[in-house]
Amino acid sequence: MADLLTVQDLETRFRTREGMVHAVNGISFDLKEGETLGIVGESGCGKSVSVLSLLRLIPTPPGKVVAGTASYQGKDLLQMTDEEIRQVRGAQISMVFQDPMTSFNPVLTIGQQVAEPLEIHQGYSRAMAYDRAAEMLTMVGIPRAKERLNDYPHQFSGGMRQRVMIAMALICTPQILIADEPTTALDVTIQAQIVELAKRLQDELGMAIIWITHDLGIIAGLADRVNVMYGGYIIEKAPVKELYANPQHPYTIGLLASLPRVDESGRRRLASIDGLPPVLMEKPNYCPFAPRCSFAVEHCWKENPPLLQVGDRHTAACWVNPKTGGERV
Amino acid sequence: MGRYIVRRLIYLFAVLFVVSAITFGLMHAVPGGPFDKEKALPAEIVKNLEKRYHLDEPLVQQYFRYVGHVFIPEFSKTKFSSNLDDDALFKFKIGSVYVKWMNFGPSYASRSRTVNDIFRQQLPISIQLGLMALIVAILIGMPLGIIAALKQNTVFDYMSMSVAIFGVSVPVIILGPVMIWIFAVSLKWFPATGWGSKPPYLLGFLPQKLGWSYFQHAVMPPIALGLASSAIIARLTRASLLQVVREDYIRTARAKGLQERLITTRHALKNSLIPVITILGPMFAALVTGTFVTETVFGIPGMGKYFVISITNRDYPVIMGTILLYAIFLVIANLVVDILYAYLDPRIRYD
Ligand SMILES: Nc1ncnc2c1ncn2[C@@H]1O[C@H](COP(=O)(O)OP(=O)(O)OP(=O)(O)O)[C@@H](O)[C@H]1O
Ligand SMILES: [Mg+2]
Repeated sequence: MADLLTVQDLETRFRTREGMVHAVNGISFDLKEGETLGIVGESGCGKSVSVLSLLRLIPTPPGKVVAGTASYQGKDLLQMTDEEIRQVRGAQISMVFQDPMTSFNPVLTIGQQVAEPLEIHQGYSRAMAYDRAAEMLTMVGIPRAKERLNDYPHQFSGGMRQRVMIAMALICTPQILIADEPTTALDVTIQAQIVELAKRLQDELGMAIIWITHDLGIIAGLADRVNVMYGGYIIEKAPVKELYANPQHPYTIGLLASLPRVDESGRRRLASIDGLPPVLMEKPNYCPFAPRCSFAVEHCWKENPPLLQVGDRHTAACWVNPKTGGERV
Repeated sequence: MGRYIVRRLIYLFAVLFVVSAITFGLMHAVPGGPFDKEKALPAEIVKNLEKRYHLDEPLVQQYFRYVGHVFIPEFSKTKFSSNLDDDALFKFKIGSVYVKWMNFGPSYASRSRTVNDIFRQQLPISIQLGLMALIVAILIGMPLGIIAALKQNTVFDYMSMSVAIFGVSVPVIILGPVMIWIFAVSLKWFPATGWGSKPPYLLGFLPQKLGWSYFQHAVMPPIALGLASSAIIARLTRASLLQVVREDYIRTARAKGLQERLITTRHALKNSLIPVITILGPMFAALVTGTFVTETVFGIPGMGKYFVISITNRDYPVIMGTILLYAIFLVIANLVVDILYAYLDPRIRYD
């Protein structure tokens, strides 16, 4: 399959009162037509910032994309004019956000909000856009869709709202759907339904998906390939089966070891690994995971490892081979 | 909604009851009485006056007599006399029965007028002035606030906020004379004093004839009175809009590819106006009731002057009547705001 999106050396920083936050430190990845790419990593590792950077949705200031390219259909998203990137957003690359409660405008009806992309990108009349919005809502499993167009967001449950959000993102049949932790705010049974819905819609509409999550469990059943992020870096990339069968970065191993776990409330807990997440105030000249890593050797403290080829279509940013404990050459 | 409004009107009566009791108590607790003059009246006359106005009765009896006159409608088969005691704010006829309601009694100080006369002649002017000041405040404040927020930390922002700070920090007592000096005395654009409307009024407060003279008189005073409020609105609008543009749903709108102009007009403004609307109720009431200085500076025969004089004169009926009417304003203004609020924010439903 051809590459749909190729991101290279993307670097995004935030200038804050406490100093510079290096949120994303030169990551590269690609996305192929119709595939699902998972991005996993603990809170604050830069998952959201990296995808928001692509659509230029980083609040500026304080944020700024300082380097990198993101080529989509022969053009660099990061170099486009404001008007060009606006025409990409919502029409060719859409986003679904984490919190379905706050991501809808509380004072506009669902119909107004879902139909809006058709009106602005494809010049639909209000009436036609509403008809199409009702179809789309039916497609994502909202009963009595036509009547519900006149309802306001607070009249929907969390799960229903996330379905509406997906309908809104897909209404212009984009080529890429970016889902930023779309299920984190929902309870487990609803999570599964949303994942099923995404799979079904992908079969029907054929878009590629970037699915961001804390939860390796969700990724297993959904993604074709996975990028694991840590401290603003991608530290491991592999096809999903390979990653689960043969993790090569100690951080990924830790994540997988703490799975599957279901706590008393029935929620799948975030995988936990001893130690604190990295401070992003400076770019380290050592491996950012070394302070928490039981495999760390001297080399890890001297040089930050780049992604090394560790298998077929499998790369990991680690000097050590965790299977043997010896250094890779 | 209908039931909500009825509930609020019932609440209005509770408020009026409490306000009247407190005002009545305070008023009588203050030393001095309505007939203490610098040149003392003969004891005989004072006694007669007090008897005439029932001031010799126990306070509780006086209070209930007063409340009864104001709130309990009176019915009569024959036409009410034009006697001062028979005056009322509302006089009408249902079938063959004459009804009067809200008799605030005669004024002690201006012996030939009733409180209702004062309400009919002076209050409409203060309401017009307050209403226009509110409109000025909105028309100046909202655009300033919106510009300041959209161009945050630019020269537009600083300029708008300087105007706002100027507005809150310069009191009417300075602004008014300066305006008169510049626009009335030097440039001669507007008359320096007076007000261009006379009773009777439509609906009790709207001028019947809107002429050139009315508008000329109605330019400077509302601006002088409303400027401080416009500054408050500007700052609140700015803060509210800055808050709203950071909300998740604005990011959603941007991610859908909306033009910035649409994001502002369709997604941000309505949300940001909700807190601004909330203060308009108390603000309107404060403007209508706080006209004293403006009326004095611009020589406007409104209610403000009477109210202040009535307090120094211990003109009990005028004090009570004015405070009750102001309380009614405050409650009704807040009710209107609540209704507007429900219209702006679909999450709010009053039933
Ligand atoms: N507006 C901002 N101002 C300053 N720093 C920011 C801002 N947005 C993000 N950051 C910083 O960038 C880093 C990466 O944030 P990001 O939101 O991408 O994390 P994430 O991986 O999506 O985490 P989560 O799973 O909690 O959503 C964080 O350390 C955060 O503090
Ligand atoms: Mg995130």
